[in-house]
Amino acid sequence: MGVGALSVWEQSSTARVTAPARPRKLAKVPFVELADGRLQGVVSSGSDIGRVYVSSVAARTYAFSCSTNNNRPCGGARGMFCKHIQALVGEAVLQYGAERVARYLAVDPPDGEPDAQSLTAAMTATRPVKGDSAAAAQVFSRFLRHLAYLELVPVTFPLPEMQWFPSTRAVA
Amino acid sequence: MRGDLLSDPVEGLDETLAVVDAFDGVLVAGLLRPGPAQAAAVAGLADAVAGTPLAVRVAEAAGRVTAGAAGEDDFVALAAARSALLGSVHDALALRIDEAVGRPGPEEMPAPAAGPEQGTNLLAAARSWLCDLARSGWRGIDHELVAGAAPVVSAMLPDPGLRRRATLLDGFAAELAASCPGATLERVPVRRWADLWSRALLLTVPGSAGERTADAVTGRLLPLGVDVQEHATAVQAQVHAVFEPADGGAPRLVRAGVSAPKPDTVVGAGLWQLLRPHMSLLGAVSEGRSMELDAMPVTVEGDLVWDDERARPGEPADAFATARVMLSAATAARIAPLDRHPVRIAVPVLLEGYTTRSEEGRLAFDLAGLTVAVDTDRMPAAGPLTPEAVAASGACVGLLRWDAGEFLLQPLAVEATVRKKTVAVHAGAWAGGTTDKAGVRAEKAATDAVAVLRERAGRLLRK
Ligand SMILES: [Zn+2]
Repeated sequence: MGVGALSVWEQSSTARVTAPARPRKLAKVPFVELADGRLQGVVSSGSDIGRVYVSSVAARTYAFSCSTNNNRPCGGARGMFCKHIQALVGEAVLQYGAERVARYLAVDPPDGEPDAQSLTAAMTATRPVKGDSAAAAQVFSRFLRHLAYLELVPVTFPLPEMQWFPSTRAVA
Repeated sequence: MRGDLLSDPVEGLDETLAVVDAFDGVLVAGLLRPGPAQAAAVAGLADAVAGTPLAVRVAEAAGRVTAGAAGEDDFVALAAARSALLGSVHDALALRIDEAVGRPGPEEMPAPAAGPEQGTNLLAAARSWLCDLARSGWRGIDHELVAGAAPVVSAMLPDPGLRRRATLLDGFAAELAASCPGATLERVPVRRWADLWSRALLLTVPGSAGERTADAVTGRLLPLGVDVQEHATAVQAQVHAVFEPADGGAPRLVRAGVSAPKPDTVVGAGLWQLLRPHMSLLGAVSEGRSMELDAMPVTVEGDLVWDDERARPGEPADAFATARVMLSAATAARIAPLDRHPVRIAVPVLLEGYTTRSEEGRLAFDLAGLTVAVDTDRMPAAGPLTPEAVAASGACVGLLRWDAGEFLLQPLAVEATVRKKTVAVHAGAWAGGTTDKAGVRAEKAATDAVAVLRERAGRLLRK
């Protein structure tokens, strides 16, 4: 059974599994996440404050999609990553660190130390195809769910289970 | 402090944890089609509680789990057995700490009956998801399975009565999601995920997390320091303090906490900003003040259920003076039976006269008869207390904890001598706000981030 062979990390009740997000400016890309097998998020339109783009890149295949919250396809994302997807990759690297983004998307940049530029270059070099935009509605609803966290009231009764989630000085 | 007592072995500890580790290994592979090694581990868990009131129920559950015929109640029974074992580990360690710090034993308080609870259908949905996890095992998780928690969490979060469960499930599910697919994970946090799973499963039993306010207290609250806990979408700040009853009774160790759900991009100083408006005590901590409480509700576990209406600012109070004068005489409350787990150990202590050293990148304090590892990683980044300040300190108020087989000290504040003057630095100094240059910058960045999210929410959320 390997009893006694567990490492200190494996025996720890408070082992850190994910690092907290690194602070970043949210104006351009208010929402980024690594979820459902995709890098996905929401990019604010530069010209219309009521419009956002819902963008995503799939892990492994890098199939991409970009459309507005009203389900109109993005003109820039026909045959290649549009500027919204490029912004999404950039902000994901800021928030999660390039390592975690590379691991999640299964990208292996040729020169070792990944950054936003090398990740984007490595993905576009495989000539990814346009994916279906069916996920956009789901991504947008996850964004709304994310925003709704701000509306929930704080409480002053104890949450004992938070002892399993100590703060950490490490960042992504 | 009798440091030597902390380095003595605790009888039965290794044997108990070996049973727990074996069962936790079963959850790595999952219980859909248990093999002989897994069956042995599950039977070992049942054997370990053979002399307890759980014996018959757990033995039955172990039999059905091994036959691949487990129902949800069987998983709950196994989680209960595992929690009982870790509860006994908690008790042995807590007793050892009481002896080492020379504190009077915990006060016995009659536990009020838990109130009736709402949302039992959501508890059932949570239980069903957790049982699916147990069948698949950590190596079998995928995005689809993990996503099953999201609707349950979303439905629970707005109900304060279910907040405790929602916050746990949310943090657990986010970790699992970040680790999918389980088949390609480099390593699995074996004990941690088994802890979170069994705790979450036990909390699906109605009545397991009801309000347990027992009393109301009047007197003076003297803060010792602030402990912060956070996951991607929640934060809790707990002020550890000594409470002096106005009626002249013995001083008590208490905590006062405030927690909030949050978007994952609200971090650092943004956490203080979320919490600050809901607990005036955070401001008092930053100012180094006591507070006068008037009929503040308190739970049997010694948690004040904070209400700003029942507190007003008091005289200046220095955490080190409080610790030196009152800490050893203050009594602690007992942890509720269901909540006993080593992770709950957080005993305020004052250490002085140590020398500091760094070993393999980790800080340690050498005291007479004891070397205690210092967990500087737990000190919040949005605060002035740094690992360097701890390394240069001569006195420390901290929380004594235990994890992965060893005692650890989490610093809440330190004293150091700078140009022949004693200077105190507090981990939670920025809780109520700060004029520190780096702190002001962090506050501004956090304010901007929340402003963007609120603007986006205002424009998109109510369409
Ligand atoms: Zn686009």
